[in-house]
Amino acid sequence: MAYGIRLKIWGDHACFTRPEMKVERVSYDVITPSAARGILEAIHWKPAIRWVVDTLHVLEPIRFQSIRRNEVGGKAPAGKIKSAMKRGDLADLQLLVDEDRQQRASTVLVKPAYIIEAHFELTDRAGPEDNEGKHLDIFNRRAKNGQCFHQPCLGTREFAASFELIPPGTPLPQAIAESRDLGFMLWDIDHQAKDRPALFFRAVMENGVVKVPQPTSPEIRR
Amino acid sequence: MTALANRYDFTLIFEVTNGNPNGDPDAGNLPRLDPETNKGLVSDVSLKRKIRNYIELAKSGEDSFHIYVQEGAILNEKHRLAYKALRPGDAKAEKDAKLNPKDDAEAIKLRDFMCANFFDVRTFGAVMSTGINCGQVKGPVQLTFASSVEPIMPLEISITRMAATNEAEKKQKAEGDDSSDRVDNRTMGRKHIVPYGLYQAHGFISAKFAERTGFSQSDLDLLFDALINMFEHDRAAARGEMATRKLIVFKHENALGNAPAHALFDRVKIGRNVDGEFRAIDDKRIGNEPPARKFSDYIIEIDRENLPAGVEIIEKL
Repeated sequence: MAYGIRLKIWGDHACFTRPEMKVERVSYDVITPSAARGILEAIHWKPAIRWVVDTLHVLEPIRFQSIRRNEVGGKAPAGKIKSAMKRGDLADLQLLVDEDRQQRASTVLVKPAYIIEAHFELTDRAGPEDNEGKHLDIFNRRAKNGQCFHQPCLGTREFAASFELIPPGTPLPQAIAESRDLGFMLWDIDHQAKDRPALFFRAVMENGVVKVPQPTSPEIRR
Repeated sequence: MTALANRYDFTLIFEVTNGNPNGDPDAGNLPRLDPETNKGLVSDVSLKRKIRNYIELAKSGEDSFHIYVQEGAILNEKHRLAYKALRPGDAKAEKDAKLNPKDDAEAIKLRDFMCANFFDVRTFGAVMSTGINCGQVKGPVQLTFASSVEPIMPLEISITRMAATNEAEKKQKAEGDDSSDRVDNRTMGRKHIVPYGLYQAHGFISAKFAERTGFSQSDLDLLFDALINMFEHDRAAARGEMATRKLIVFKHENALGNAPAHALFDRVKIGRNVDGEFRAIDDKRIGNEPPARKFSDYIIEIDRENLPAGVEIIEKL
């Protein structure tokens, strides 16, 4: 963990959707390691590195709110796009929201704030010019200046995340004084695996801190 | 088309007078409310819908400005139906079976085609069920929920209609009514309005994502036009009077940005106007003031002091 970083993130709402309740979305109680990884990647990522989340600190009480929205049911079918490309005519390429409407409720978190403790590892795509110090510097510089590749979000894109680097050496803000068994929680998605890409772990929050198992740990279940 | 070279963050301030800016399907179409603070909410998707509608009106299907996620049917589709009726058996490529792109290269081609032709795909992104990982487009423009500056007080207005929809409604009405001399077909309805609300939404534009979808400088200008004018073309009985009041854009010199977005948004301060004097919303003294009912009851201040290097404030409105 020599090359660790600590990032504080917060926002008005968040929705880290539970995979078992994704139609009418229900958020997990706390941010998932995969969402945390996505936030770090929004600030700095290259194929040469892989972010690994170590610890999540929950800084605000866990509270929920319900929001119901009109959403569309369909996705853009690739076949139709292809035939429109061939025809050179867009006439029948559209999605009619009134005819394909679904009303869905989301149970989202209110005013979440977290600290992500993470580090990165070099992957086998790292070239001779890649070294830990370089990527660590880039990340720290960007996070300090508020720079990002795209604005990170708390689960879904309508819930933007604000972020702030906690420089090495400074103490962390106090996490909430609450312990809770969070049950099985998504660890990350293995995009290499064809059949069962979702990885889970048993998340336990102790005094507001969730320890995240490392990639090859036996605690991660498929 | 050259892609965007700068990151932008913007804050959009709009008002509603005697209207319902965004109904909550969970609460019988009452204006959306944050149950903890009683502040009004307008969902990001509601604002995006208005942007799409404005683009459709302003560009009306010009090349590369089509709108993918449409409201209602378009005339072309109707024409097609007419042709189909006239020439049965001719249209064969109408209902093709589910197709997936053969490989990544094809998926990229499909994505580029969608980005080039559809403004909303290029701007907000879209999910395309290609069955291959790159079938999803993330757009450069990200909007958040708009929240009102102060708590709002939705009013329920009962209204009457001098007609009944059908016989059953008329009968039902007659049974419940004892007075025999009043047998007119009147039905009652409800409207929910916010007497006045000033709402603020935040938006982010990533230059790096713009590169990927081909979202250009002229697209950006069009987007700002849409944000300023979208309510002008969204008049409806339910909406009341809505208008964009301010659009404050923070332009970063660097494609990745020069300052944290939240620090820039904090520079826009909205307070109550008390005899021409700025009073913060959380100031206890404004509790004695009457509720805000017009835009001039508010003052918007922009802190331009000590701006981070490389950040420019552009007041679009």
